[in-house]
Amino acid sequence: MNKYVERLYNGIVKENPCTVLMLGMCPTLAVTTSAINGLGMGLSTLAVLIFSNLIISLMRKIIPDQVRLPAYIVIVASLVTVVDLLLQAYVPSLYAALGIYIPLIVVNCIILGRAEAYANKVGPGLAFFDGLGMGLGFTIALTIIGLVRELLGNGTAFNAAVLPESFTPIAIFVKAPGAFLVIGFMIAILNAFHIKNNANDLVQGCDGCCSHCSKTGCHNDKKEEAK
Amino acid sequence: MSTSLILIIITTALVNNVVLSQFLGICSFLGVSKQIKTSISLGVAVIFVITIASGVANLLYDFLLAPLHLEYLETIVFILVIACLVQIVEMFLKKSSPAIYKALGIYLPLITTNCAVLGVALTNVQNEYNFIQSIVAGLGTAIGYTIAIVLLAGIRERIDEASVPLPFRGAPVVLLTAALMSIAFMGFSGLSL
Repeated sequence: MNKYVERLYNGIVKENPCTVLMLGMCPTLAVTTSAINGLGMGLSTLAVLIFSNLIISLMRKIIPDQVRLPAYIVIVASLVTVVDLLLQAYVPSLYAALGIYIPLIVVNCIILGRAEAYANKVGPGLAFFDGLGMGLGFTIALTIIGLVRELLGNGTAFNAAVLPESFTPIAIFVKAPGAFLVIGFMIAILNAFHIKNNANDLVQGCDGCCSHCSKTGCHNDKKEEAK
Repeated sequence: MSTSLILIIITTALVNNVVLSQFLGICSFLGVSKQIKTSISLGVAVIFVITIASGVANLLYDFLLAPLHLEYLETIVFILVIACLVQIVEMFLKKSSPAIYKALGIYLPLITTNCAVLGVALTNVQNEYNFIQSIVAGLGTAIGYTIAIVLLAGIRERIDEASVPLPFRGAPVVLLTAALMSIAFMGFSGLSL
């Protein structure tokens, strides 16, 4: 398989940031009250992720190792501010719906995680496709979660009524607990497939240390982050 | 004045619980809640950092960003301040009280990327809180975070003893537990404040 295509496959399926790595759970849970919001959040993160991967990869030989995390944070925060202002100017309805979660893309584990685990080790081409794959994986997962919640909680899909009148929306799915429920069941279903295929790697999630996250949970093999 | 501060604490800690209804700090909420002991340590570290960070962020916004009309830089400034603050707190604790440092040390770097810290700073600006109100809101939020994570850790210690269906082991059962806790916390929204 072409190594660029492999990066896309890795991001969307093999190491999907949402369902496999369990990164960036805050926006995943918070903004997926409708499919549109999930899609908007996913695309905003995708844009930041592609450019942060690209810039960090281009600057990987310039940034000194000791100050790399603050440097990454400045790069990511600048990109997020750009996205924030663009959304405010051109898609005010989405900007209002996503609210505080747009600036919070800065602390989305996926972005710093990919910078630390991948983008600062490879050339800009691969880093770009890694960002694209991871971003698409995140967008797809968020849209699906948003769709399920919107369908069950509101009876609509992308704001269009699809379920018959006789269906009573289960309001809890668009409230806070619904987010935990839908994602919990989604991961359990994916786990059931894994077990069927004899893959015994259940999703564990990570211990909150973004930069060391991988499929197997946390691996603190790198030296203590020196800042 | 003092009643409004108490209202802020109750609202931020219980009614709008930062984890269970605002979804901030989920990563560490799910990750570092395996044992009650470690989750209490993390909770204390978070209370410490969020309270200081919301005060500092408020001062910077009111006296630096707002007068210079640089409000759009708030995200960059706040995240840098938080990162530096965590560093300073870490160095200060290392020198002054090695015992506390030993207990909290490993959690401090995690707090930089804990979105609750940045989230509180940004919410305070949105709510136009003054210095005292910001600190109190930060304290309340952090207390809410600690309550949630310690409760979850207590439940998870019990779940470890139970036989969970295979596909639900690991993350899913924790998420479903959080869903039930979130339903319970929805009860607080009935508080008429």
